[in-house]
Amino acid sequence: MKTKSNFVQVICATGLCLASATATAADTIKVGVLHSLSGTMAISETTLKDTMLMLVEQQNAKGGLLGKELEAVVVDPASDWPRFAEKARELIEVNEVDAVFGAWTSVSRKSVLPVFEELNSLLFYPVQYEGEESSKNVFYTGAAPNQQAIPAVDYLEEEVGVERWILAGTDYVYPRTTNKILQAYLMDKGVAAEDIMINYTPFGHSDWQSIVSDIKKFGSTGKKTAVVSTINGDANVPFYKELGTQGVSAEDIPVIAFSVGEEELSGIDTAPLVGHLAAWNYFMSVETDENDEFIEGWHKFIGTDERVTNDPMEAHYLGFNMWVKAVEKAGTTDPDAVQEAIIGVSVPNLTGGLSSMLPNHHITKPVLIGEIQDDGQFDVVSETDGLVAGDAWSDFLPDSKDIVADWRKPMMCGNYNVKTGKCSGQHLQ
Amino acid sequence: MFTIKLRVNVSSTNKRNILQLHFNGLLCSNVYLTIVLTLFVQLFFLPLNASAQEKTDNEVILEIAPKLSDKNTRDGALVQLIATDAPMSLEWLRALLDGVLYLRKSDSLPVIVEKLGNSFKMVNASNGNNEGKAGRREVSKIKINNAIRGKLRAAIASISLKDDDPQVRLQAVKTMTRSLNDSDLAAISQTLPVETDKHVQQAMQLALNLADLSGSGDQIKIDAINAIGINTDDSVTQKLRDLASQPEAPEVANAASESLIAIEKRISLYEKIETLFFGLSLGSVLAMAAIGLAITFGVMGVINMAHGEMIMLGAYTTWAIQTVIPAFIEYSLFIAVPAAFLVAFLVGMLIEILVIRHLYGRPLETLLATFGISLILQQTVRTLISPQNVPVSNPAWMSGLWEIDPALSLAINRVVIFFFCLFIFFTLMWLLRYTNFGLKVRAVSQNRQMARALGAKSGSIDALTFGLGAGIAGVAGVALTQLSNVGPNMGQAYIVDSFMVVVFGGVGNLWGTLLAGLSLGVFNKLLEPWAGAVLAKIVVLVFIIMFIQKYPKGLFPQKGRAAGD
Repeated sequence: MKTKSNFVQVICATGLCLASATATAADTIKVGVLHSLSGTMAISETTLKDTMLMLVEQQNAKGGLLGKELEAVVVDPASDWPRFAEKARELIEVNEVDAVFGAWTSVSRKSVLPVFEELNSLLFYPVQYEGEESSKNVFYTGAAPNQQAIPAVDYLEEEVGVERWILAGTDYVYPRTTNKILQAYLMDKGVAAEDIMINYTPFGHSDWQSIVSDIKKFGSTGKKTAVVSTINGDANVPFYKELGTQGVSAEDIPVIAFSVGEEELSGIDTAPLVGHLAAWNYFMSVETDENDEFIEGWHKFIGTDERVTNDPMEAHYLGFNMWVKAVEKAGTTDPDAVQEAIIGVSVPNLTGGLSSMLPNHHITKPVLIGEIQDDGQFDVVSETDGLVAGDAWSDFLPDSKDIVADWRKPMMCGNYNVKTGKCSGQHLQ
Repeated sequence: MFTIKLRVNVSSTNKRNILQLHFNGLLCSNVYLTIVLTLFVQLFFLPLNASAQEKTDNEVILEIAPKLSDKNTRDGALVQLIATDAPMSLEWLRALLDGVLYLRKSDSLPVIVEKLGNSFKMVNASNGNNEGKAGRREVSKIKINNAIRGKLRAAIASISLKDDDPQVRLQAVKTMTRSLNDSDLAAISQTLPVETDKHVQQAMQLALNLADLSGSGDQIKIDAINAIGINTDDSVTQKLRDLASQPEAPEVANAASESLIAIEKRISLYEKIETLFFGLSLGSVLAMAAIGLAITFGVMGVINMAHGEMIMLGAYTTWAIQTVIPAFIEYSLFIAVPAAFLVAFLVGMLIEILVIRHLYGRPLETLLATFGISLILQQTVRTLISPQNVPVSNPAWMSGLWEIDPALSLAINRVVIFFFCLFIFFTLMWLLRYTNFGLKVRAVSQNRQMARALGAKSGSIDALTFGLGAGIAGVAGVALTQLSNVGPNMGQAYIVDSFMVVVFGGVGNLWGTLLAGLSLGVFNKLLEPWAGAVLAKIVVLVFIIMFIQKYPKGLFPQKGRAAGD
């Protein structure tokens, strides 16, 4: 199988996806996979492409969908935001896919959003994000801020006794919005302004000496201090290396990250990071039958048991299964019918519960806090009781606290203001 | 929340008869409950335990071990382990803290392991016997969390106060100083008279003085403040700040704030030194990444957009070497430096012969062609190796801090890299100035026709020079693995910075490259504290643009015929 997936990759890399897609029989249900296989985001997104191919293969082994075979159409938007929109249009108009699974960064999602709305197709978005959005055509299977950031802060405050906070992030929309929500949340809880330090760094920042030194100073007042990190991508490795070099241990100043998972750690020597934390809705180390089966299937598909699984992979697993169930329920792949059918659909997640699609197009998930171990895995130290429902519009931001999203009839609105009773179309005005 | 002091006399050699546990609400409630329950059970059965003395300590430990791997019994088992006085228990605590205490799955035998690539070398944890090798799936690690790590460190500290190694003793005292308790203080004042090492003595004295600061009696406090003098340790400044803000004892508050002012003055001096060091370190990274480019762009005039990928090739060579010889991580860098040079050198030569040679005098086409090469190299690595980052370990001799003062410590890897940068620089200078090859390189770059007329084979000189520039970028890549991530995109991060340094320093001038790199690094770090990392980067770029407007040839323009115009 590995050779086949490589083959698809090579074909796509040379821009011949179109040819491979149109050459197949007409009686299949097509699923679009919109993940970067080259460029900066390939580091994270390639795995998700493989996950989708695996899920499609497994579904076909179970007899396909509605008696038809599923077929994955893979395109490579090459980490280039405008190209995401082009490739999305190509998937929907030329390849006539019935649903698309893809995108990673918020900017790529924002870039494809108008395309999906215009052509009325479905996008399943698998990555934790900043919220403040709910589109009729998008299903957010990753965590909203209240399913990751808020429980993480609660854990640090209640169980670790943190009183001083450093919100460190990469300078773009997800960290900025998340930190805005967290800052409002912490201030609400009575944390003084001087006990919160906010720091932004450019993408791919590699020299962390001064910032880590500042973190050390900020944490030397005797009050327990923690870093809430929304640092993204490649910048994490030098950041954690610098923490290790300057001797900031997890017992002194724990760092809790929202963008560092098993996949990211597989590229780092984790010995100096042991004990630092991450908040996710899934960890590879969770011991459930569903997870064992998923990991086994993944290792079989990818051809090596060295590869890890991570949270966005689970999000695709959930999104794909929800879509399959909704199509079966609706008896058709028609986007409008699936949209209506999918709300309320529940599928087993990999951590031993049932996740359901909510009317606001977000899903219910458990929140887990894990400590990094020296084998690159996480050991779960805290877990929410039950599942947390994803909240599209944060209750902690003044602009969005009165907004709700509900895509059931008759409301059918992604941003209904409960105070004014108005719905301002697809986008909040 | 509260402190429980519990006397547990489990053996005749009372090395640590007072077991002290701090629970300050760190633990989640159910774990917390388990501990309390365990403690009650222990208290209840204490006489029973004492009567079961015929059990050897090692047997007790062996019973504890399986409990450590279960989350529900872990905390209780840990309390027992700390209380046990067996000679092996200290090693167990250390192994647990270092994450090398495992259980063999077949018979639950606790083993201390050493990782050898994909397998483990096992040593019996209770008697030190060699148990041979085991695969990854045959053993399971005993997992611990932050709260337990803290307790382990405290427990290890109180045992290792009598260790033979002064470094271990010093570390123990420092760990104790962070959260002083009565039993630790008693132990410290007991061992101080027999302590021989000067540094450990000082640390112990500091701990005792700190204890006096929280004790009773104004005079004692003032004496302690004077005895501590100027000490930049965090615990001192915290304590003094507390005292200085207490109005009920004005004399103490005065003494404290006076001392605090002096300490803060010292700290701010150290902060300046630290910023300078950070700047020089960033500068050395910039300069190192740029030196190779100074050859290809500066000397040869080729705009090589694939320069970053040469750095990447060097970094991947380091990874490959560490993967091939996992047992020799300590020496891997010494092998990696020549190997990375060779790999990048050969790839560089190949690029020159296949592409660049045909495009001399056409800078725009060279730029586009080399940009294409950089994309090809990136995607090749992505396809052949993996789109993910690959892990490169730091050898032990390059990790850690060189502590000059509690408020000033320099990272050893950065010091090493700074001198390594100077080493590369001076080697290159020597090569260009004092060797026959260097003479030819300079001749060809200054006047190609004349050099050819005088017998220099400009074709092979070009290939070798380009290879040299690429090779040096490869060597820079080896150094960068110690600071940053190794992945297909890593080269991109350095290409803009490298061009910036070369242009700012003056094209064709190696000294310019070095000084430009170092000064840009320092400039960036001076700006960062008040402008933030994002703005600092922008300001530096704007500054360079303005500078180039005024001095188009950079800091050190070439003069005379070499200037080429």
